[in-house]
Amino acid sequence: MEYFIQQLINGITLGGVYALVALGYTMVYGIIQLINFAHGEFFAAGGYMGVILISWLAAQGVPPTICLVLSLGLTMGYCALLATAVEQVAYRPLRQSSRLSVLLSALGMSIFLQNGLMLTQGVYDRAYPTEITRGGLHFGMVTFSYMQILIVAVTAILLVGLNALVFRTRIGKAMRATAQDKTMSALVGINSGRIISLTFAVGAGLAAAAGIMVGLYYGSVRYDMGFVPGIKAFAAAVLGGIGNITGAMLGGFIIGMVEIMAAGYISSEYKDVFAFIILIAVLYFMPTGIMGENVDDTRV
Amino acid sequence: MSEPILELRGVCAGYGNIQALREVSLKVLPGEIVTIIGANGAGKSTTLMTICNIVRATAGEVLYQGRPITGLSADRLPAMGLCQVPEGRRIFPRLTVQENLEMGAFLRKDAARKAFDLDKVFNLFPVLKERRKQPGGTLSGGEQQMLAVGRALMTRPRLLLLDEPSLGLAPLIVAQIFSIIRTINQEDDVTVLLVEQNANLALQTASRGYVLETGSVVLEDSSANLLANPDIRKAYLGE
Repeated sequence: MEYFIQQLINGITLGGVYALVALGYTMVYGIIQLINFAHGEFFAAGGYMGVILISWLAAQGVPPTICLVLSLGLTMGYCALLATAVEQVAYRPLRQSSRLSVLLSALGMSIFLQNGLMLTQGVYDRAYPTEITRGGLHFGMVTFSYMQILIVAVTAILLVGLNALVFRTRIGKAMRATAQDKTMSALVGINSGRIISLTFAVGAGLAAAAGIMVGLYYGSVRYDMGFVPGIKAFAAAVLGGIGNITGAMLGGFIIGMVEIMAAGYISSEYKDVFAFIILIAVLYFMPTGIMGENVDDTRV
Repeated sequence: MSEPILELRGVCAGYGNIQALREVSLKVLPGEIVTIIGANGAGKSTTLMTICNIVRATAGEVLYQGRPITGLSADRLPAMGLCQVPEGRRIFPRLTVQENLEMGAFLRKDAARKAFDLDKVFNLFPVLKERRKQPGGTLSGGEQQMLAVGRALMTRPRLLLLDEPSLGLAPLIVAQIFSIIRTINQEDDVTVLLVEQNANLALQTASRGYVLETGSVVLEDSSANLLANPDIRKAYLGE
């Protein structure tokens, strides 16, 4: 029983990370019907920018809490700008082209960004300073590490914040309007180019936050760390119903939970397989996902 | 004669190799209701889409309040007081009625007057107030047309382009919508360029009309003269 509860906590932690990354896929798909294959690279870029900032700030003697908050904010901002630049260079010129061209451009961008990270940061793992988040709360055999508390708290804040942004603010409503009808949104004065850039920026910011937290959680980052979590988060977005924000959050938690439970009870060797089994099963049996098509209110 | 609020000079436009507009020239004076009538595929909707630069003009010029707006990005026009209610209403289906109206006022910063205009739209169309929390896509056709007009009014237009407001609606609803178009024109001083297939109704509402045939203006006259013209009666008024 205690083992189960421990796995449950681990599953929520990992699920939150997948949820944050899945949101970027689903938002971009919702607005321009593109599967942004370069999205996982913002997660990796976030992981690296995080370790660089945290190490540097810690070396300057900045207190750990401020160091974390500052690094998180700056990294999210950096990845948001990076995503905007990628969108301008690789996707915007293809706005009138076929969807396949944009998809190929995204794949190319993914390879470019990953190799860029490898060239500038090297091919070896880079260690995260983990001292700042060591320790945890113990309830019998169950441990809720400070790191997990941090991840769950940050994820919760970001998810609530995103919901508020998309469903309550004027800009969020414009995002949804643009996703639903670009011609009409132009006719009421919404500059769709700017809204699309913003969507990329927000998605990449969330992925960057996830990258930092994974770095802190596992203690290291690697230039190709965006690939597998990226595809799992994509599976989560598809599971939730691509284009649906609540669906992406739900899908993220389900994939994270399944992965942890499968690793704990079936085989940790094969844990990566389960996300893909889910992806294939969803595509085969219910291609619109849990919240696709029929549950309209929370689509972008 | 005052300066036209909208003027098209020899505007051509097309889709691929198909030329949809051939040197269309027309004028709308401030305060007027002007209509463009014509058969299906004559280029009426294309004319409105070209004014807003959703369809690109291949030749000619569009002037709004004396300024050329040809090639100006569509999203710049609402701030200048030029707004279109496109064919098929194009309600944002998954935004609520109220959010649809808020999107009409997307560019406006004047919170107090926005609230005032929202009240005004709710007074013009009380059913929208009742349904303001419902997604736009769940409204009936007539309610969606009211919402589309209301959303356009939220931009505070000086010139309203209306594309087929009667399309697919019951006669009673059509009468209601056209009476509101006249109200907006008279009380709020909004100039209207109205595209309609229902030529009879359009000419009764407008003071002047243009007749469009396969992309060209073949006739322009006062509504009274067009209504009396035997050719027009035969071709468009079902006689």
